[in-house]
Order: sequence, then structure tokens, then C-alpha cells
Amino acid sequence: MKKHANVVVLCSVLLAGLVAPLASGASAPGFYVEVVLGGLMAGVLYSLVALGFVLIFKASGVFNFAQGSMVLFAALAVARMAERMPLWVAVPLAIGIMVLLAMIIERLVLRPLVNQDSVALLMATLGVSFFLDGFGQTVWGSDIYEINLGIPKEPVMILGNLFQGGILINLDDVAAALLAALLVVVLALFFQKTATGRALRAVADDHQAAQSIGIPLNRIWVIVWSVAGVVAVVAGMVWGSKLGVQFSISLVALKALPVVILGGFTSIPGAIVGGLIIGVGEKVAEVFLGPVLVKAFDLAGGGIENWFAYVLALLFLLVRPEGLFGEKIIDRV
Amino acid sequence: MAQARNIGDVILKIDSISLAFGGVKALSEVSFDVREHEIRAIIGPNGAGKSSMLNVINGVYHPQQGSVTFRGVEHKQMRPHEAAKQGIARTFQNIALFKGMTVLDNIMTGRNLKMRAGVLAQAVWYGPALREEIEHRKAVERIIDFLEIQAYRKTPVGRLPYGLQKRVDLGRALAIEPCVLLLDEPMAGMNVEEKQDMCRFILDVNDHFGTTIVLIEHDMGVVMDISDRVVVLDYGRKIGDATPDQVRGNQAVIDAYLGVSH
Repeated sequence: MKKHANVVVLCSVLLAGLVAPLASGASAPGFYVEVVLGGLMAGVLYSLVALGFVLIFKASGVFNFAQGSMVLFAALAVARMAERMPLWVAVPLAIGIMVLLAMIIERLVLRPLVNQDSVALLMATLGVSFFLDGFGQTVWGSDIYEINLGIPKEPVMILGNLFQGGILINLDDVAAALLAALLVVVLALFFQKTATGRALRAVADDHQAAQSIGIPLNRIWVIVWSVAGVVAVVAGMVWGSKLGVQFSISLVALKALPVVILGGFTSIPGAIVGGLIIGVGEKVAEVFLGPVLVKAFDLAGGGIENWFAYVLALLFLLVRPEGLFGEKIIDRV
Repeated sequence: MAQARNIGDVILKIDSISLAFGGVKALSEVSFDVREHEIRAIIGPNGAGKSSMLNVINGVYHPQQGSVTFRGVEHKQMRPHEAAKQGIARTFQNIALFKGMTVLDNIMTGRNLKMRAGVLAQAVWYGPALREEIEHRKAVERIIDFLEIQAYRKTPVGRLPYGLQKRVDLGRALAIEPCVLLLDEPMAGMNVEEKQDMCRFILDVNDHFGTTIVLIEHDMGVVMDISDRVVVLDYGRKIGDATPDQVRGNQAVIDAYLGVSH
């Protein structure tokens, strides 16, 4: 029960920090809403990457270090193929490539490592990650490429009559958010309601038992890596259209790490909520906490965005190791 | 113990199986058969190769020599999920349930093999998929009633006491409607009452569904009470194969269990 209280305290402090700028009058309401919205949009992008992590972890107990590289690879594939053909052809083709990749990874990496220690599998995915980074450049090139989703880039002014000066919002951000929401609904249905989803959850819990009731492990792995590949295509397209397709995309995986710790390694909604919390949290901290630190301690006050997510994740590890929505760890001794 | 069952022909034939892990010989030239509808026990001291034998039958281990013939078909390199498809189900010595899932979902996974509807139709519970889900759910409810675990339907199995987890493990194996059921120490770690319950379930499964049962058990009282024939293993070799009464009087078996001065 005491642990529960700790979670409540932590969440209250976070919430207080979130509304403090507005309540103290340090920020104009319109500007504040804009910052929060910006955070939410960044959060959606983190969520998309975190979703890939959660899928593979949920279904195979493997922490897939290569998720970021898969996003980069998928983004490169979409960007380069879209140069030669319409986008609506390039995207399904890219999905096909990711499915093929999933099959190859299952055959060459996962199958030989069945029933090995999870550290061995983690190392294997680390290897896959570096391979994909390099191989992507070999195949697709190493420049910065563009993905044009055909959505106007100019920000649109909304709610002009509610806030002074209105709120600027990007249409592609809105599209990304809608896409992420759709993806989550589809995945949740898939995991909770289909026999395949049940099989995936079963495999996650116990490989041997799952096999003994007739669930073919290899096929399940191909399915789950394929789904993670599809998620990577979506994430890659959204990131790529926003920032351009470049190597640094594969590093967003590191930003998704605190997201899965916060949301819980086994929870799809957790990945989404965690991404949003971290997105908003780090933006608000950067914009409003920075100046406070400058005033109070005479610090430079920058770079908060870079470490905020990790500190938050650390705090959550202390009070709630399974994450906000993760399956409760039940251990019999 | 006389039972009103028709023990049929040989359904499972184990022919001179040898299995080694590196230099360690787990099984050497073990042969025996299992007849349809019978309860066949495998006994032996710790490390005798009993679990290895089950793992060979179920396709987890592939023996270096020998063959497993099931329903007249010889299976060389069978995988566990193929064994399940053929109708061989099993439970585990150390419970291997899906801990985060509810009792209901655990047993439902056993029906996965029989589900035919497409993934998309299942996702939206459309038409035939919904009917299929309801039909399988009914089958699962029958198993839940049979094992008397109605009250725990929605409980994550990780929270259940040990004896009940063993029961859920049995339920999941039953859900694939097996014709041969392999039970790896179904009564290990149970108190007398739980053992009696488990014995009753095993006999009922055998009786009502005609399921052939191969079980490993340490409790001699249980083995002698419920099994039709007993195989005795020691150091990976077969040292006895007879009815419970005959095995009880077998000098080699007594030596293996009590030790013998050389």
C-alpha cells in the first residue's frame, strides 16, 4: 500500500509541475497550450517507436535493440522508393520489405537462439541494429532524404477567438497523431480479440508451454517482427516527413526507452500514454523550468529536454518498476 | 484396479530410443508401448530419464537412435507444435502456465489450433468468427466445470495457489482434445487432499473421454492405484515393464529404489 502512495505522490508532483507555469501566471495561456500541444506531437512520435519495442517484448520477451534501426531502414526505403514511384506504391512495398526482413531475422538470428538466455537475444538484436544501420546506407545511400506526405507544411492558426494570437498547429502533426491512434486501436483489437493475439501473449509468457499446445514459435516470431516492421514504416514516415530521413532517426530508439519504462514493457496503451507524458513533460520542462533554474541558481538553463525523460524514467523505476500499465510482477519465493 | 474400459491396440510405440546430451546418456535403448485408453505410468528414481522420455514423445528432444510410432506413423524429427497437432498434449513438472493471463485465456490458448476464422474477422468478432469464438468458449467452460475451477475464471493464474495451477495446466492440455495426454508429475508438491482430487480428475478424463494417459509420478501409492501398466526406468535403462502388482515384487525395481550393496 505504501508503494501505491509513492506513485500517487510522484504523479501529483509531476502534475503540479505541469500546471505551475499556467497557474503562476508565468505564461500566457495561448503560449502554454502551444507548448503542451508541441509536446503531445513529439510524444506521439516517441510512442510510435515505443510501440515497436513493446510489441516484440510482449510477444517474445526479447528487448529488441534494433527497433530504432528498423525505423531508419523503413524510412530510407520509403524515401528512396518514393523518388521513383508514387507514395501509395512505395509504402506497401516498404511494408513488404520489412516483412521479408522479419522472416530473415527469424531464420538467421532468432531460430538458432531458441531457449537461450535473454542476454544472448539482446546481444543479437544489438548486432541486428548495427547491421541494419550500415546495410541501410549500403542499399539506400547515406544522404538526407525527404518524404513528402502531401500534407501542407504551413502551420494553421486555430482557436484565434479563444486565445490572444491564436494557436499555431501543424497539419502533419495532426495526421501523425490520428495515424498513431488508429494503429493503437488496430493493435489492441489484434492482441486482445484474435486467436493469433492470444498465441502471441502465450508465447511471451512461456515458449515451451506455448509449443506444447500447438503454437508454432517460428511463425509467431515472424508475425510479431513483421508487425513491428509495419509500425516502423509508419514511425519512419512520420519522423522522416518531419525531420528528413537521416541517420539520427535510429537514435530516437534511445528516447523511446524511458517511454517503455514509464508505460510498462508489456502494455500497448502504456507505450502511447508514456510517450505523451514524456513528450509533454520534456517540452514544458525545457520551456518553463529552464528560466526558473536560471533565475534561482544562475545556471545556463538549457538542455533540459535531453535528460528530463531519463530522470522521469528513473523515478518511475524506483516507485513502480513495472511501469504505469505493465503487468504486475508476481513472484513466488 | 479394474476399470470398465476397453483397452485397445497399441497407439504409441517407443522403439529402442537412445538419447544423449554430449557424454551424458539420458536414455539407452528404451522400448515400450502404450495401448489406447490405458493409463501408463513411468516411474524411476530421480535422474532416471523419465522427463527426457516424455520430452522425446512430445518432440522437445530428438533422440539419436530409435523411433516413436504414433497411430501407426513413425515420427522422426517431430516438433512440439506438430505433436500437439497430432493429438499429443502434455503438462509440465514445473508449472509452465501463461502467468499474466487469466485462467480462461490460458485454457482458450489450447483451442487455438482448432480456430479457423481469419485474423481480421476475429478482430471485429464478425459473423463466423464470433460463432467460432462462442463454440470454443463453450468447450472451455465445460473443461472449467469439469475441473471445478469456475470461481477462478478471470483470475490471472500467477495468483492462484500451486494445486490450482496444476489443475489449470491440465485444463489447458485437455483443451486441445488430445488422444494421448502426457502428465509430468501431476501430483508433485501436493497435499493428500489435492492428490486425491488430481487422481479423480485423471481417472475421469480417462474414463469419460477415453484419453490415453502416460504419467510420471513419484508417489507409489498413486501409481499403484491408478495405472494399468508401469514402466520402470533407472539410469536411462528400462528395468521393468509390467502391471503394478508385478512391478512391486520385481527385485531389480526394489534395488533401484532402495539401493543395493555391491
